[in-house]
Amino acid sequence: MNIHEYQAAELMEKFGVATPRGRVANTPEEAEAAARSFGTNNLVVKAQIHAGGRGKGTFTSGYKGGVQLCKTSSQVRDVAASMLGQTLVTKQTGAAGRVVRKVMVAESKEIERELYFAILIDRATSAPVIVASTKGGMNIEEVAETDPDSIIREPIHPTLGLQAYQTRKLAKLLGLSSNLMRPAGKLFHSLYNLFIKCDCSMVEINPLVVTKGGEVMALDAKFNFDDNALGRHPEIVAYRDLEEEDPREVQASKFNLNYIGLDGNIACLVNGAGLAMATMDIIQHFGGKPANFLDVGGGASEQQVTEAFKILMADKNVQAILVNIFGGIMKCDVIAQGVINALRQREAREERMVPLVVRLEGTNVDAGKKLLKESNLPLIAADNLEDAAQKAVAAAKNGKH
Amino acid sequence: MSVLVDKNTRLLVQGITGKAGGFHAKNCMDYGTNVVAGVTPARGGELFEGKVPVFDTVSEARVQTGANATMIFVPAEFAADSIMEAVDAGIELVVCITEGIPVLDMMRVKEGMKGKNSRLIGPNCPGIITPGQCKIGIMPGYIHKPGKVGVVSRSGTLTYEAVWQLTQRGYGQSTVIGIGGDPINGTSQLEAIQFFNGDVETEAIIMIGEIGGTAEEEAAAYIKDHVKKPVAAFIAGATAPPGRRMGHAGAIVSGGKGTAAGKIAALEDAGIAIARTPGEMGDTLIKQLK
Ligand SMILES: Nc1ncnc2c1ncn2[C@@H]1O[C@H](COP(=O)(O)OP(=O)(O)OP(=O)(O)O)[C@@H](O)[C@H]1O
Ligand SMILES: [Mg+2]
Repeated sequence: MNIHEYQAAELMEKFGVATPRGRVANTPEEAEAAARSFGTNNLVVKAQIHAGGRGKGTFTSGYKGGVQLCKTSSQVRDVAASMLGQTLVTKQTGAAGRVVRKVMVAESKEIERELYFAILIDRATSAPVIVASTKGGMNIEEVAETDPDSIIREPIHPTLGLQAYQTRKLAKLLGLSSNLMRPAGKLFHSLYNLFIKCDCSMVEINPLVVTKGGEVMALDAKFNFDDNALGRHPEIVAYRDLEEEDPREVQASKFNLNYIGLDGNIACLVNGAGLAMATMDIIQHFGGKPANFLDVGGGASEQQVTEAFKILMADKNVQAILVNIFGGIMKCDVIAQGVINALRQREAREERMVPLVVRLEGTNVDAGKKLLKESNLPLIAADNLEDAAQKAVAAAKNGKH
Repeated sequence: MSVLVDKNTRLLVQGITGKAGGFHAKNCMDYGTNVVAGVTPARGGELFEGKVPVFDTVSEARVQTGANATMIFVPAEFAADSIMEAVDAGIELVVCITEGIPVLDMMRVKEGMKGKNSRLIGPNCPGIITPGQCKIGIMPGYIHKPGKVGVVSRSGTLTYEAVWQLTQRGYGQSTVIGIGGDPINGTSQLEAIQFFNGDVETEAIIMIGEIGGTAEEEAAAYIKDHVKKPVAAFIAGATAPPGRRMGHAGAIVSGGKGTAAGKIAALEDAGIAIARTPGEMGDTLIKQLK
C-alpha cells in the first residue's frame, strides 16, 4: 500500500524525522490559509499523487511542474488553483496521468545539497539495506545508471537493526561535515525505526537535504507498506486513498481478489500468481492481448468467482474470457459453480456475453467438468494451456467482427 | 530415490483441527503420507480422523511420536511463531503452506533459524512431494508419478502444470519442491538445485521461476559450474506490465536485474534449455533427454 507525501510527513513527525512544516489542502483557499499559518514567505506547493517525478511532471492543461516554490500566500492560492482538479503526467504515472485532488503546502528550505536515502528489504540477504547517494534529487535514476558506483549500500542486520556506527559511516560517505553527524544520525535512526515499526517495504527520502542554515532534513518522502502486515496497522490502513487506485482493483480487493487492469481484450481468471502471469505470457505468445491479471487465490469461494466475473465483464474492451484453473486447495467444482452462477445471472439480466474458454485441471476436476457440461451454457472447453490460449485468442478475434 | 522426504518421513501437522489444515492432512494421509501427529494449542488429547493424536505443543508431539517433518497451516499472523516452535523442537523439515505472512516476521524467522538443525520450505508454497512415497502440502496427488525428474518452483499452480505435462508424457518425478513466492523464504532455487544435483536418482531438473529477485540468476551460476544433469527452465512474467511505481529505490537496487529477459539470458548462458511458453515446460526438458 502507498500513501501520500503529506501523510508520510505526518508519520515522520511522529517518529522524530526532521522535515519542514507542511499542511494538506483541498482547495486554493485552504492552501492560502495554510501558507499564512506558517508566518513565512518561503513556501512550496506540492501536488499530492501516488507517483514520483512530480517536480519534472507536466499537467495536461499545459501547466508545468507539480512542485512550485512560492513567495506569498496569494501566490500559493494561485498555484494551488492551477494544480487542483488537473491531471499531472510524470515518468511514473504513465501517459494517462493522475488527477490532483490535494496539494501540500510546506515551508520551503534553501538547499545547500540534495542527497538520496532509502531503506528497503533486500531479497538476496533477507535483511534491510540502506541505499544512499550524494547525488540526490530529481535525476537519481540517471545517476544510478550512468554512475552506479556512486550508490552507497549499507546492509542492516535483520534483528540487531541499524547501529550507531553505521549512521556515522553513512554520514561520512554522504560527505556530511562533522557537526552534522549527530542530527543526521538521529534522522537515520528515526527513519529506520519508522520502517520497522510500521512494517514498511520501502521508505525513500529524495531529496534528503542539507540546508543553507545547516540543517539535515527530509524534503520528500515516499513510503510503501507490506500489505501482509496491514492487519496490525489500522492507523496506516486509515491513510488509504481509494481515489488513487484503479476502481476495478478496489472492487476486486473487497473480495480478496488480486486484480490488475490492463488494456487488452482477453480477460483471464486464474488461480495462483505464477500461473496467472504465465497465462498472460501464453496469450501474448499466440498473438492475443490480456485485459487483466487476475489471481483468485488459493481457496476462492463460489461468491469470489462470481464477483471476479462481474469485474471482468464490466471491462468493455473484453472480447473473450479465459478461465484457467489448476486446482490444489482450489476445487474445480467450486470454480465451475461460480462460473455457472455468474453466467446465469447475466443471462437472467440479458447482459452482454462473450465467448468463454474454460480449462480445468486438478482437485475435483471431474466434478467440475460435469457441472459445466450439464449446465448447457455456451462454453468452450479446452484440454491444456496451449489449447486454451489458442481458443481464447481465436474467440477474441472472431468477437471483433 | 528422492530428496528431503520419502516413505520414512513422519509428518506432524500444525493447525490440524482447522478447516484447511484438516482437509489437507486427510488428503496427505489418503495419499499414503505417514501422518503421526497434529498440534493445536488447547486441543491436546483429541484424535484426528479417529487415529492421529493431537498435542498442545510441537515438542510434546516430537517426543511422543518421533515426528521429523511438519506441515504448517496456521493463520498468517501466528505462522512465524509456529515455524519457530517447530525449529525449537528440532523438527528437521518445516513446510509452511500459509500465505500472507508479513515480510518482517519472515526476516526474523530466517535469522532465528541460523545455526539450527531445521530446513524450512515456503512459506506461501504448495509443499513438497516424493511421488508414491510422501506428500506434504496441498498439491493434487494424482498428477504426479514416481520417476527421475526433480522439479523446483516459486509458483504453486505453475508447478502442477509442469508436473502434469511430465506425467502425461510418461516421465515421473523424483521429488517436487514448491519453494514459495514470498520475498523471504526458507529454501532457495539454488539450494533445491543442489539437493537434486546430489541425488543419484534425479536425472534431470526443471526449474520454474518468476520475474523479480535474483534467485534464478544465482541458481544459474551454480548450474553452469556444477550441474551436468540436463536442466530446463521457465520464467513467468515476461509480458507482465511494469508495476506501478512510486519512488526510485526498486529500480536503483535491481540495476536492471530481475527482469524476465535478464533471467533468461543468465539461464541460457548456463546451458539451460528455456521453455518459451508454459505449455512447453515438459517437452523442453524431454528434448534434452533424447
Ligand atoms: N520544502 C522544499 N523546499 C525547497 N525545495 C523543495 C522542497 N520540496 C521539494 N523541493 C524541491 O523540489 C524537487 C522535487 O520535489 P520532490 O522531491 O518532493 O518531488 P518529486 O519530483 O515527485 O520527487 P522524485 O523526483 O523523487 O520522484 C526537490 O528535489 C527539491 O529540489
Ligand atoms: Mg523527490
